[in-house]
Parts: sequence; structure tokens; C-alpha cells
Amino acid sequence: MARYDRAITVFSPDGHLFQVEYALEAVRKGNAAVGVRGTDTVVLGVEKKSTAKLQDSRSVRKIVNLDDHIALACAGLKADARVLINRARIECQSHKLTVEDPVTVEYITRYIAGLQQKYTQSGGVRPFGLSTLIVGFDPYTNVPSLYQTDPSGTFSAWKANATGRNSNSMREFLEKNYKETSGQETVKLAIRALLEVVESGGKNIEVAVMTKEGLRQLDEAEIDAIVAEIEAEKAAAEAAKKGPPRDT
Amino acid sequence: MWHSTKSHDKQVIFCKSTAFLFVQGMGMKLNTSALESHRLVIGTSDELPNGFSTAPSFEIPNTTDFDCFQKEAIQMVKPAKGTTTLAFIFKEGVMVAADSRASMGGYISSQSVKKIIEINPYMLGTMAGGAADCQFWHRNLGVKCRLHELANKRRISVTGASKLLANILYSYRGMGLSVGTMIAGWDETGPGLYYVDSEGGRLKGMRFSVGSGSPYAYGVLDNGYRYDMSVDEAAELARRAIYHATFRDGASGGVASVYHVGANGWKKLSGDDVAELHYNYYPVEPTIVEQVMVET
Repeated sequence: MARYDRAITVFSPDGHLFQVEYALEAVRKGNAAVGVRGTDTVVLGVEKKSTAKLQDSRSVRKIVNLDDHIALACAGLKADARVLINRARIECQSHKLTVEDPVTVEYITRYIAGLQQKYTQSGGVRPFGLSTLIVGFDPYTNVPSLYQTDPSGTFSAWKANATGRNSNSMREFLEKNYKETSGQETVKLAIRALLEVVESGGKNIEVAVMTKEGLRQLDEAEIDAIVAEIEAEKAAAEAAKKGPPRDT
Repeated sequence: MWHSTKSHDKQVIFCKSTAFLFVQGMGMKLNTSALESHRLVIGTSDELPNGFSTAPSFEIPNTTDFDCFQKEAIQMVKPAKGTTTLAFIFKEGVMVAADSRASMGGYISSQSVKKIIEINPYMLGTMAGGAADCQFWHRNLGVKCRLHELANKRRISVTGASKLLANILYSYRGMGLSVGTMIAGWDETGPGLYYVDSEGGRLKGMRFSVGSGSPYAYGVLDNGYRYDMSVDEAAELARRAIYHATFRDGASGGVASVYHVGANGWKKLSGDDVAELHYNYYPVEPTIVEQVMVET
């Protein structure tokens, strides 16, 4: 057999896996993505870099579903994402075939993270260069969840998180402004976080809302409307801060 | 004895391209090894062109009609399912009952076999067919159910457990396993009952009876069944059905055990010797003597 047994990801003398860290760098260069969990909805928002004039924008979907009740957004290498998403979709159906139950969000996240980890410990392969945000509702219990995985293969559940370009500022914003929301409020929170780092406008943001009925992609007009609402609220807040005119 | 040409949990050497689609990760892998054809390799060459080595094989006997011989051999290995087991779903859960006789042809080898197998505290399996096959595969199923619980932090459903067993039995189809079992349990969706057999069949239902005594048990069970019985009524129905089957079927007898599966798991309700049950149902009455022999 050909020599596929040389590991690419090896430890450095001070205990780092450089390939994994470089993969995280690739993620940091990817487009911004944010996920927010509410009481009855989970929202994913992704930065959309301006599409070339001749490109068919419908073929560049950044938020995809893995099954009727689970959706995924990612930051990083899009080709790697395609491979990972295909494997995850197959696993969702395979699980349904063997136990006659849809996957839970935690199960499929664990599967994807396991796959990402495998590629950090195999010969002849490099790690996947993407972090994913996975949202969905568990079957039967209908509990909403948001999980994040990264190239090292770790995963955890979040109330709100961001990944990709400028994720730190988005996360700071979310930490400052997060509260338990539901329905449209959750959508607004996600878009506000995204607007911290992305130029405003429906052309530059892709948003999808997951409820226990399924995934719904918001179209440009809807996003523009919400953005307008947010700007109006911001302006009102500014005005209130300035205070009523002082009496001399 | 049939030599198994593959191991069922690892990657099979002969893979069709479809097998690669199901990635062996932390998740479930659909057991597609049954889709490959197991041809007993006639001939002794161990190397195939691509460098794959063949599974070990044995020499084929010299017969004129090999297919017939194969069928006969399978029939010889497959013991008849001499037993009576039954299970049914009713308002309060699932009632499971079985006899306890093991027979080898006309010889009764045991009157005290446990035919209701406790897979885990909320699921039961019944034994019909080969005792070793049933015991081993139920134990194996218990292991898989526990692993599922640990990995997913929730109990496996009865649907899932029966599907796991059915997939395993399907992959051993034609190799002489003899299993006719019912998986009964209570999960998130309520009471569940599935019939799974060694031909790979799997049926969901409300009432099942398996074994050589099942026609007799069905007669009593179908006649007396109502969905809204109490636990005691259902237990009595199950007991009576087993008793009647043991009365008429020579391969069933011993002790009629009755178990109930409720929301909090299973509980053994009773284990009555069927001979004693007979006299409970049909007590001895002094017959009126019609004529007396008189000494002349």
C-alpha cells in the first residue's frame, strides 16, 4: 500500500498541535457567523460577502440543513464544509434507519466533532478547516439547542456564540447584551450581533430561523425590514442618552 | 458446524462501494454486511488479484445436489421452536408470559427454563427457538442498549432496541440461528411490543404468541382480550392462555411465568406450575358412581 501512514498533525515540543492551530487561523479568516438560542427559536446568521455580478447567488447557500429539524452554519474552508455536511447528512439518515428516531442535536454534533477529531489523529490527512454552529430541536422533547464544534474536535453547547471573522467582538457584544428571548427578539439579537462587524443591509447578511416546525430562511426584504427596525431603535436610544434639552 | 465467514462488527473485507457510505465514526453503522454475497469459496486459492485475502473456507462435500444438501443441513441445525410465549399491550402496559419446558424431540430436558429474559430494568425479551441463540443475542442486545444509554444520556426506545436485534439477526440469515422473540418494553412513547425472528422479520403489534403452543394460546388470548383490562385481569388472561397451550402442546409445560411491564419497568407477577393450575381451573369433583360392583 502507499505510505499514507505519515501523520501530518504531530505534537510540538511544547505540547501544541500546530496543524490544528493553523486550522483555527483559517477559521478566523472565514466569514462571520453567529448563533443565538431563544426559548422557542434558534437563529443562525452568516455574513454574505458581496456576490460577483455573474454568480447565481442561490447556489451559494451558507446555512444548510442536515435534517428537517437541524441546521448548520460554518466559518472556514467551504470545500471542507461540503464534505463534512454530506457525511453528517448521511449519518442523520443512518441513525433514523437503525433506531427509527431522528437524531438529537447533541448526537449529530458529537458525530461531526468526532469526525473532525479523527482527522487530527490520522495518517496522511489534514484537519478540517472549519468551525460549525449547529442548531436544532430535539425530537419529542422539543428543546432548542445551539452547539459549536471546531477543528480540534471539541464541542460544547452555547446560549449564543459567534465564529469566523471578528468573532471576538461579536461574542463580547453578545455577552453584554444577551438575555432570554423568544421569537422575533431572538432574530433581532442575532442580527444586531452580526451588524457589529458586517456592513448593514440585507445584501450582506443571510439569516435563518429554526423553530420546532423547521428551518426558515429569511429573504432580503425581511432582513432589511428588521435592520431598519434595529437602526431606529439605536437612534432612539442615542437620542434618549443625550437627554432632554437642559434648562439654562 | 457452519463457519461464519465474517465478523459482524468490523469492516468487512469484501465491501461494495455502498458500504463505504456508512462511515464508521462514533455513530451507528448500518450493518450492510448482509448485502454482500457470502459464497462459500470453492477452491483453495487464498489470494485474489487485488491483494485481498479470502475468508477461510472448508471443503465442500461431494454431493449430486448441493443446494438440496444445503437446505437439509440448515433444517437439521434449526431446532423446532418447542415452546409457548405470548405478550400483549393493554391499557396498563405490556403483559408477557411464557412456559418453561425445554424439549429435545420427545425428551423433556428441563421443566424450569427461564424463557423471559430481562434485557434491562424496563425491557423484556422472550425466548423461542434455540435457547443458546436467544440467551446470547438478548444479552448482547442488553449490552448495546446500555452503551446507547451511556452515549446518548437517554434510554433507547423499544423501537430502536428491536431494530438493533433485527438487523443483527438479518445479517446471520441462513446460517442456522433459530430465534423467535418478542421485545416488550415501556419507553417515552408508552408501551411497545415487537416480534423479531431469525429470518430477519420484525413486526410491531398489540398481541403476539410465539412457539409450537401458540395456536392454542392465541385461541384463548384473542377470545379474552380487551384493551382496558386491569393488571390482574390481564395477568389472569395471560396465565390461562399459557396453561391451555401447555395442556394441548407436548412441547410446552412446566411453570407459567407472567411478567408485567409498566411505566416504572417490569415486575414478575407470578410463576405457577401448570399442573397445579389445571386443578385450579378444573377442580376434581367426586363423580356419582353409577354402578357398584357387588360380590355375589
